Amino acid sequence: MSDAPVLRIRNVRKQFGDHVALDGVDLDVHEGEVVTVIGPSGSGKSTLVRCVHQLESIDGGAMYLDGELLGYEMRRGHLRPLPDRRLAAQRGRMGMVFQQFNLFAHWSVLRNVIEAQVTVHGRSPEEARKEALRLLERVGLSGKADAHPRMLSGGQQQRVAIARALATNPRIMLFDEPTSALDPELVDEVLSVVLDLARGGMTMIIVTHEMSFAREVADRCVFMEEGRVVETGTPKEIFDNPASPRLRAFLSRFSGRAAHISDERPLEEETTS
Amino acid sequence: MSLAPQVLDVASARPRIRPLRWVAGAVLLVLVAQFAWFLVTNPRFEWAVAGKYLFDPNILRGLGMSLLLTVIAMTLGSVLGVLLAAGRLSDFKPAAWACGVYVAVFRGIPPLVQLIFWFNLGYLLPRISLGVPFGPTFVSWPTNSVISSLTAAIIGLTLHEAAYMAEIVRAGILAVDGGQRDAARAMGFTARQSFVKVVLPQAMRVIVPPTGSQFISLLKGTSLVSVIAMADLLYSVQVIYNRTYEIVPLLIVACAWYLAVVTVLSLGQRRLEQHFGKGQR
Repeated sequence: MSDAPVLRIRNVRKQFGDHVALDGVDLDVHEGEVVTVIGPSGSGKSTLVRCVHQLESIDGGAMYLDGELLGYEMRRGHLRPLPDRRLAAQRGRMGMVFQQFNLFAHWSVLRNVIEAQVTVHGRSPEEARKEALRLLERVGLSGKADAHPRMLSGGQQQRVAIARALATNPRIMLFDEPTSALDPELVDEVLSVVLDLARGGMTMIIVTHEMSFAREVADRCVFMEEGRVVETGTPKEIFDNPASPRLRAFLSRFSGRAAHISDERPLEEETTS
Repeated sequence: MSLAPQVLDVASARPRIRPLRWVAGAVLLVLVAQFAWFLVTNPRFEWAVAGKYLFDPNILRGLGMSLLLTVIAMTLGSVLGVLLAAGRLSDFKPAAWACGVYVAVFRGIPPLVQLIFWFNLGYLLPRISLGVPFGPTFVSWPTNSVISSLTAAIIGLTLHEAAYMAEIVRAGILAVDGGQRDAARAMGFTARQSFVKVVLPQAMRVIVPPTGSQFISLLKGTSLVSVIAMADLLYSVQVIYNRTYEIVPLLIVACAWYLAVVTVLSLGQRRLEQHFGKGQR
């Protein structure tokens, strides 16, 4: 871990109408660090990663990727939103994995992983193809290159989505509840890919409801509630020794099981809306 | 209650008895026979005359003009329609508003009225000029030399078609899952790249079927241009029967060609639907 953080989030605020989704969030993510974000539904965890990835605009505060302000630029003494092309370029430096996979439905698996490499990052089609095949092998799907997304199981689709996000060598990977839309028996194949990435030194923010996974994979764990970071610490601190009553209350909803790395999964219906 | 001695198997069952279907079938048969008798025995159809004119060069030229108008108006109308749809979905409110007003106006006025209106543009606007708005003009032409029947027909049909295509394309774009756009933006595509590469191709599945119907109704709609003396299929037929008074056989010639082209187009539409339907959810 070097000193300058890859991602800096400073006092970020976001509102949807009257609803305050993010209420002054601060967070630094360093090189190679894996940060998991936990918290009840509507706590703003998903909004946070969507804002980092510039899929939602923020209403206040600032975010920096490698020291570069995200989404805005200083022009003649005023902050102004970036033009679309440069915004797209900033997004291209981050990888995003969605809850609903969002694979491009009209393209084959291979083309899903190739396309951005060529159009956004200017790689040659052969080079992109080679990289795509390498990544598909890494997520264990080399046999599915020519398949169509809808022919794959949810777990396979999500692994392709991870390969697609990795293909452009992102500085940071953002996971927005990557296993919440999966049938329970398909969760592990996705989590093992994410775990493999973590061990490979990828910088990541992972929003998740999988408590045991959040603990196992994290260097640091963040607990959010009502748009605020309530508590942050090592997984041991967060899960074994929660300081705030709110975190204690949240963890107790998992009937104590979350405090152990176990194969048992949290009760989904308590946490998903 | 005793069970049947043998084992029953519904595989050996006969079709249901449906007497009403027999009655309906008989009625239909009588009607078809009667109509065929009418077609064959009524001398006023003058089938020989219709046959004589079917491949008349003037009529084929008219058919060609109808097809040309259809293709031109459909192409220009589709391009304009995509732009209008994008405009209506824009977060730039004045553009969304202007495109909405356009669609409302051009969908609301009957195409026949629009054609006559464009044909008579010279009355409203005697000269067409290029220049600085409210300032000096550089070049100008008399409107009547620019607006011929052909240009009036193309403008009228295109503008009308664009309004319908705008609605079709808009519906198609809205049918694409929002997550697809999110993913496209997340991969670093610009707004235009994500529209052209991801959103529009997936919208095609929803856009193609009604566009096929639009194409067919536009082909039939070209018959309206006969009122502004545009030499389309109907007009070519009219020119002949105004001279020979063989109205019915010549209208049959027109019907035959319209039906033939529409049939071909319908087959083409089915192929297109199969093409764009594949690979989609």
